[in-house]
This record gives sequence, C-alpha cells and structure tokens, in this order.
Amino acid sequence: MAETALARAAGAEPAGTPGQERPPARTALGRAARGAAESLRAYRLIVAMWVRSTMAYRASFVMTALGNFAATGLDFVTIMMMFSHITVLGGFTLPEVAFLYGTTSTAFGLTDLALGSMDRLGRRVRDGTLDTLLLRPAPVLAQVAADRFALRRLGRVVQGLLVLGWAVARVDVAWTPLKVLLLPVSLVSGAAIFGAVFVAGAAFQFRAGDASEVQSSVTYGGNTMLQYPPTVFSKELVRGVVFVVPLAFVNWLPALYVLGRPDPLGLPRWVDFLSPPVALVCCALAGAAWRAGLRSYRSTGS
Amino acid sequence: MRDGFYAAVAARGFRRYATYRTATAAGVFTNTVFGFIISYSYIALWDQRPHLGGYSQGQALTFVWVGQALLMTMVLMGGGFEDELMERIRSGDIAVDLYRPADLQAWWLAADLGRAGFHLLGRGVAPMVCGALVFDLALPADPLTWLLFTVSVALGAVVSFGLRFLVALASFWLLDGAGVSQMAWLLGLFFSGMLLPLSVFPGALGEIARALPWAAVLQVPADVLLGRHRGAGAAGALGFQAAWALALLAAGRALQSVAARRVVVQGG
Repeated sequence: MAETALARAAGAEPAGTPGQERPPARTALGRAARGAAESLRAYRLIVAMWVRSTMAYRASFVMTALGNFAATGLDFVTIMMMFSHITVLGGFTLPEVAFLYGTTSTAFGLTDLALGSMDRLGRRVRDGTLDTLLLRPAPVLAQVAADRFALRRLGRVVQGLLVLGWAVARVDVAWTPLKVLLLPVSLVSGAAIFGAVFVAGAAFQFRAGDASEVQSSVTYGGNTMLQYPPTVFSKELVRGVVFVVPLAFVNWLPALYVLGRPDPLGLPRWVDFLSPPVALVCCALAGAAWRAGLRSYRSTGS
Repeated sequence: MRDGFYAAVAARGFRRYATYRTATAAGVFTNTVFGFIISYSYIALWDQRPHLGGYSQGQALTFVWVGQALLMTMVLMGGGFEDELMERIRSGDIAVDLYRPADLQAWWLAADLGRAGFHLLGRGVAPMVCGALVFDLALPADPLTWLLFTVSVALGAVVSFGLRFLVALASFWLLDGAGVSQMAWLLGLFFSGMLLPLSVFPGALGEIARALPWAAVLQVPADVLLGRHRGAGAAGALGFQAAWALALLAAGRALQSVAARRVVVQGG
C-alpha cells in the first residue's frame, strides 16, 4: 500500500487538478514553493496510509490514545498535587501555571503528532534502512516525518487543550483582542519552534547515530520546563531558552504578556510578540541543518 | 554450573548495553537536563513548604537526582526486555525458548539484572555527580548507608523485573501487549515516586502508594539513601522490598507454567 501511495505521491510532475494553476517553477521561490507542495503531498499520503492501518485495529487505537492522554495528564496531576500543599509556585497561581502547561502541551502535542517519529532517524541510519527512503522519488524529510505516523498522539493535544480551556476560564485576565489573537498565534508558532528542534535534532543524528536522547532533552525537557513559571528557574537557564534554543517563545514570553507579568530578564514588552518571526528563523535554520545532514550521510552499506 | 551459566547471561546483558556509548552519553545528558528542571521546581515547592513530606530541601533535591539515576536501572519509562519477550510471544518464537534447557524466567532475570547493572553505572553515576556539583545534596557520608542503598537498589531491580515479567506474559493471552505495557509503565511512573515523592502524596492515596510494589522500586531505595530507615527500620524497608520481589517472582513462575501448558503458540 505504501508503494502505491508513494508512486502516486511521486508522479514526478504533480498532475494538478484541472482548472488549477500549476505553480510557476522558473524562479527560485517558485521552485521552493513547488518543493514544499510536493513534500506536503507526500507527507499527507503517507500519513493517510498509517491512519488507515491504525484504524484497522480500532480498539487498540482507542486504548493507546487514552493511554497517551493519561500519560501526559500525569504531569498535570503532579502539578495539582504540588498545589494541594501550596497556593502559589514561583509567584504563579494554579490557573496561571495551568495556562503555561496548556499552551506548551498543546504546541508540543501538535509537533509530536506531526513529527513524533523523527527520532527514529538514528535507528534508520544505524540499520541502513534510510537507503530505502533515499531511493524513493519523494522528499526524504516528508518520508521520515510521516513514517509510522501515530494518530494516538492526538491524546496529548486534547489533554493540553482541555487544561488550557480550564486555565483560560479561571485566570484573572482582562482579555483584549490582542491577547485573544496572541493565543492561537503563539500555539502555532510554538509548534513550529518545537518542529524546528525535531528536524535539527534529526539532522544531528546523521552524524551522531544513536543520540536521539539529546533531542529528547530539548523537546520533552523543554516542554516540561515551559510548564513551570520562568521565575522558578535560574536566570542562566532562562537566558538559555531565550537566546540559545529559543523555547521561551513557545509560550513563556507570550503568556507573560497575556498574564500581565514582567519577564525575569527584564526584556522589553515587544519581545513577547516575536514568536512568529522567531519560529520562521528556527525553521529556516533547521531546514539548512537537515540539508547539510542529508548531504553528509554515508550509508552503513550493510 | 547453572549459576555460572546465568552469571554469563547477566554479563552479556551488561555488555550488550555497554556497546552503545553515544546513546549512553546522550542519555546521561538527558537525565541531567531533567534533573535540573525538576530540581528547580522542587526548590520553588520546598521554599513555599519547608519540610514537605518530612524532607529538607537538600533531601528533596537528593530524591530528584536518585530518581534520575535510577530511571533507566528500574526501567521507569518502559521499553525494557519485556518488549522483546512480548515480540517473541507474539511471533511464536517463544516456543523455541520454552524447549531450551534454560528456565525462561531465570534467563530473562539474569539478562535484565545485567542490563540494570550497566544502567546503574553508565546512566546513574554521572547525572548524580552533576547534581551534587550544582546543588546542595544530602548525600550520606556513612559507608554502611551506601551499602544498604546498593542492596536496596538490587532488590528494587528484582521487583521491577518481576512486574515487567508479568506484563510480558500477559501477551500469551492478549497477543498485543502494547496496551498493558503502557498501563504498567504509567502506574509505575506514578506510584514509584518518580513524579513526586510518595511521602508528599496526600492522605490515603499516599498510604496506598507506599504499600504497592512500585514503592520498592524508587521510594524505598531513595529513603534508604537519605537515611530515613535506620537499624530495624532499614531491615523492615529491605524486607518490604524482598517480600514483593519474592511474591512477584512466584506469581511470574506460576503464570509461566500456566502459559506453557495451556496456551496455543502463535505463528509457525
């Protein structure tokens, strides 16, 4: 089934539905757009295939999705147990911490759903199965990203959104149109920033082979860190996630604006709105890292 | 001769994991990063509530780093030998294993203890040292406490094995053990004290949690290291672990013989 889907995805020239204009391929920008469209198409077809195969065992899907929901929920249960002993953590109330938790969990959940299998790349490099992907006439990144697409990861997104909904109803915020708009924008930008980390981490594995855990420390570790108020952490750590791996733009900075709090580094307020451009830069850098990694790839030859 | 055989299996278990050096280094890095993140959240918590759960802040931080050090040793995030055993049950390869002149449970116990030994040294010591360099940990100076801790970790590793062996055998009846396996590690993560020390759990939930086998996997070794069990108390704590270890091994043995007699092997 994979082969048919891919053969269709690959049909070197996208067939283009009648009445639809074909993307102009003359300019560099046009080529890039065309490449992106092709990647998306391949990604969509492979994902659809995995979803169909998941749905063949519906009961198993429901169980693992619930498991995913519960697994991520345990983090929040931990936070609630902490709040059974205290009223504020790092100066933040439970609804405020829940707001941080909900925003990062949703953003990370979206990335995990879309790209969660990227960390298998190291294994593919080791056992040589990456070669199969290189031979197929579809973009490698799309193939790796869609590989073993797991719909059960929706569990994390749903859990994050539920906590976020609860938090939005409870936090003491005077909602302005700007604050309302900032919320979805930062969720999408946040997912893109996490996505860039996933892709850059995968690119690193072309060299490191089995170092997928380093990537986990930034993605899962970052997600855990962003669930807590920035005031809890040392200034060096906060500086690290603002200036080195800009995870603070996933939710900390926009959330501080929404909650009307200063950030511990005393940065100007407009920095809180920089999530979308930061996400774009991250994605561009990750894309470059991916291409460099792929070029440096040498098959194990086994 | 049999002991020598299982010792060799354990040694192979150790060496098998020792092969992956980059993965080990990457894992140490991850454990350290998580240790930092959790430490800061605990500092904020203990600043608000000093002596929460009977721990000083230094003891609470030590708990965090013991948790990181034992995370892989005790397979608290899932993905140990049980995945491999379940795959063998699912594919039918288990039939071959059952005809081998080695006992199924003893074989996997030996291999898993070898792995646990490697993870204790390879992924336990380094994060602990990092934690001790940055934070003010309440590590004991007394060598006897360290010795008791080592015994407690060994017993905890057997309890962890006992639980996961039962989970793996469930595949004989369920075919797809992924769901059970996931439930098992979620319970383990929560009730071992990995997310929050069990002595911080409120009321009856805390009492139940401290009586369950998962307490023997992390909470008890950590408390032994923190010197919360001394003299007769220490004997009691290790006895609690040993009792669960024996009960779980016995249950595994019983289930194994039922499975070997009654279940139709898949595949072929």
